[in-house]
Amino acid sequence: MTKERLVVIGNGMAGCRAVQEVLKRDPDRYEITIFGAEPRVNYDRIMLSPVLAGEKAFADIVINDEAWYSDNGIALHAGHAVQAIDREARVVRAEGGIEAPYDRLILATGSDPIRLPLPGADQAGVVTFRDLDDVEAMIAAAATPGAKAVVIGGGLLGIEAAYGLVRRGMAATVVHLMDVLMERQLDASASFLLTDALTDRGVETVLGAQSEEIEGADGRVTGLRLKDGQVLPCDLLVMAVGIRPNAALARAAGLEVGRGVIVDDDMRTSDPRILAVGECVEHRGQCYGLVAPIWEMCRAVGGTLTDGAQAYEGSVLSTRLKVSGVDVFSAGKFSGGEGCEDIVFRDAGRGVYKRVVLEAGRVAGAVLFGDAADGAWYFDLMRSGAEVGDIRETLIFGQTVTEGLRGLDPSAAVAAMADQAEVCGCNGVCKGTITGAIASEGLTTLESVRAVTKASASCGSCTPLVEKLLKLTLGDGFQAQTGPKPVCGCTHHGHDEARRRILAEGLKSIPAVMQALEWTTPDGCASCRPALNYYLICAWPGDYRDDKQSRFINERAHANIQKDGTFSVVPRMWGGMTSSDELRAIADVVDKFAIPAVKVTGGQRIDLLGVKKDDLPAVWADLNAAGMVSGHAYAKGLRTVKTCVGSEWCRFGTQDSTGLGVRLEKFMWGSWTPAKVKLGVSGCPRNCAEATCKDIGVVCVDSGYEIHIGGAAGLHIQGTEILTKVATEEEAVWTICAVTQLYREEGWYLERIYKWMARVGLDSIKARIENPDDRRALHDRFAYSQRFSRVDPWAERVAGRHAEEFNPLSRRMEFA
Amino acid sequence: MNALVMDPLSWTDVGAVTDIPLRGARRVPTPAGVIAIFRTGDGKLFALKDACPHKGGPLSQGIVHGHAVACPLHNWSIDLATGHPLGADRGKGCTPVVPLEVRDGRILLGRA
Repeated sequence: MTKERLVVIGNGMAGCRAVQEVLKRDPDRYEITIFGAEPRVNYDRIMLSPVLAGEKAFADIVINDEAWYSDNGIALHAGHAVQAIDREARVVRAEGGIEAPYDRLILATGSDPIRLPLPGADQAGVVTFRDLDDVEAMIAAAATPGAKAVVIGGGLLGIEAAYGLVRRGMAATVVHLMDVLMERQLDASASFLLTDALTDRGVETVLGAQSEEIEGADGRVTGLRLKDGQVLPCDLLVMAVGIRPNAALARAAGLEVGRGVIVDDDMRTSDPRILAVGECVEHRGQCYGLVAPIWEMCRAVGGTLTDGAQAYEGSVLSTRLKVSGVDVFSAGKFSGGEGCEDIVFRDAGRGVYKRVVLEAGRVAGAVLFGDAADGAWYFDLMRSGAEVGDIRETLIFGQTVTEGLRGLDPSAAVAAMADQAEVCGCNGVCKGTITGAIASEGLTTLESVRAVTKASASCGSCTPLVEKLLKLTLGDGFQAQTGPKPVCGCTHHGHDEARRRILAEGLKSIPAVMQALEWTTPDGCASCRPALNYYLICAWPGDYRDDKQSRFINERAHANIQKDGTFSVVPRMWGGMTSSDELRAIADVVDKFAIPAVKVTGGQRIDLLGVKKDDLPAVWADLNAAGMVSGHAYAKGLRTVKTCVGSEWCRFGTQDSTGLGVRLEKFMWGSWTPAKVKLGVSGCPRNCAEATCKDIGVVCVDSGYEIHIGGAAGLHIQGTEILTKVATEEEAVWTICAVTQLYREEGWYLERIYKWMARVGLDSIKARIENPDDRRALHDRFAYSQRFSRVDPWAERVAGRHAEEFNPLSRRMEFA
Repeated sequence: MNALVMDPLSWTDVGAVTDIPLRGARRVPTPAGVIAIFRTGDGKLFALKDACPHKGGPLSQGIVHGHAVACPLHNWSIDLATGHPLGADRGKGCTPVVPLEVRDGRILLGRA
């Protein structure tokens, strides 16, 4: 009996694996012919990255050598691209006049790398990252000393390409359209860590960058120009922006093709004699570019062509990045979603971030950075759909910990733990060390265990375990205790600890703080993000880049939101002084923009109410033109300085209170503080400026200036306390700047001065201000910070900054 | 074969994904009120009517965290995927969700 003829188009991973799956089931059934466009044997394409990086040689990644073809009686036509499929005659026609008749045909044509249609893309030195030829071209380019590469695409492939080039001695920069790397596999926290890890390994990244043109000279690439005009010089440009299923042959043969060759669960195309497998396939609307689903498809092909056993029902995806020393794993719904819960673990010391997403009591996804050892375990749990409710407490610690404790009730599980078992992973503290310390040192509280053993003193995720150990060792003698109030539900750390670590560890971004302090949520919440943003601004003036998405709307829009979604606008009136020109300009603005309400405020300024958000920049432009700047009536920062007319006009005035108020406001405006700061300067003890219920007040007397702090006249009514008395205006300004800075550095976010004062005590504040060295240092830090703060945010926005904040995304749906 | 033909909705291209800042939102005015489009920290997009179920506050102006937004008026936290309030305000009304699709980096809003 003659064998059936099986022809395979594609000598890549899918084509050969499909043949192996057939041979495994029925080695003698088919006479097999394989066509390959590349002139070489079958190799492991996903290992091209290690070849590029010099960690493997081509010989190491060959899957099937020539002996495999001959041993299995397979005819290989390598280097002969198939040109047509004649479905009526059931013949495949290839280059060089080769023809192969078939009874069954497998299409495994793979995919083509996407080449961006940028001007200049046809020049020498522009490559993709797809096959060994590309890798050889890249290695050759890297051989020139001082050569630079730019890789377009911050996905898996682009990162691996850039890393490989750096390993080959090139300077490589990844240019990515999105704001985070590998956005399809990683959440923002993991992506932040990845960006850092790549920087450490010499791979530069430019995020949010749109490529515009590939520049060249004499037909060779010289650089990449971005849309913002920046030019990145390079000798090699790698496009690694994705792949497109190669379905041209199938389409020409009249098979049903969508994005890829459409197949059913048996991997059959619209012609039942023809199967398709691998990256060229579209199955249930899905195309795949990873290896695991391809192996699963190959099993189904093997079944269909032999015993008919195995249908393919689509794949659940997981990803690993192949960059040495950067352990990354991602699978499933790694970023959560509706009805999902997150369990997050961070270990700043080891640079580890893990996030497991649960849905209906089952693992729905995971993203791991820095320690991906448990990736396979989470992936198994996810695919099996196992209930994880009973292992939830330890799930995030991985398989070893969880399975060690399985089936025991929590207390018994803790009791059963070996003394050598590690409880605190951050500080490497074993159970025996903790129970020993509890017994020998007579510890009774969590805080004391932390102080003595350091267990649970870092990320705090082992706190429940340590508490159980206390309970177990002490019995009823243990009382759960509360530490400092955490910033919010995203962290165990209090405000002071967060601020201390920002300075001590040089943390300069919100993601850096969240990682170092082991935040338990991926990107914080509406409580902690504004707090951290302020702490960073205060800690690193001039250095920290303000994160506007971590600001409340009023500070983002530089106006106050009202109940109907409109805004109010309050221009600054220095010390409450104004002029006919300013008033005329305000009146004109009110008319021009049909502003519905104008009100005099308690802080001696004028409030324009009911301004539409879209109008804000134009309103500000007109106010700017008349010399007015933002009054920061919306800010956790310096608001007004209320004054009386003082010695300039008043028959009782002792000092120039208006002049001092204007001077203070002109020096202090624009400063950010933990909560709003209102000042008042009264020219005599009759106190017409109501300085004794302000955050900071000055009451002028004949002999000088009384400086008051800690007043409030809002939710709480509270008179000020006297901080100190000084003789000159100069000293008054110095003292007020110094105490403001002390409050900026010590106050918790949203904590008004009177609350800060109640917490730390007036005496401690006095001690700092009365010490001349302290006072000078505080004043100087304030003055330094002000160099970056006295910028009118309105003028910046009139000039076009953050225009997207004020314009609708689109007006295409406005009518219709 | 062609997804567009079978589509029960009509889709309008309102801009590029990257026009919306991460952890931010933009507005799209329509005759039936403003639609808020959110882009979360992990790059996901959501569209809701731009009105909090509490007092109608413009959610587009809130702080986006995780897959939720904090209303700028009274700090209710709204689930972006469902429009339902979270936490203590769970069960108190709901903001309508607007159909949204992303194709080739463009944002498409659906009209039923």
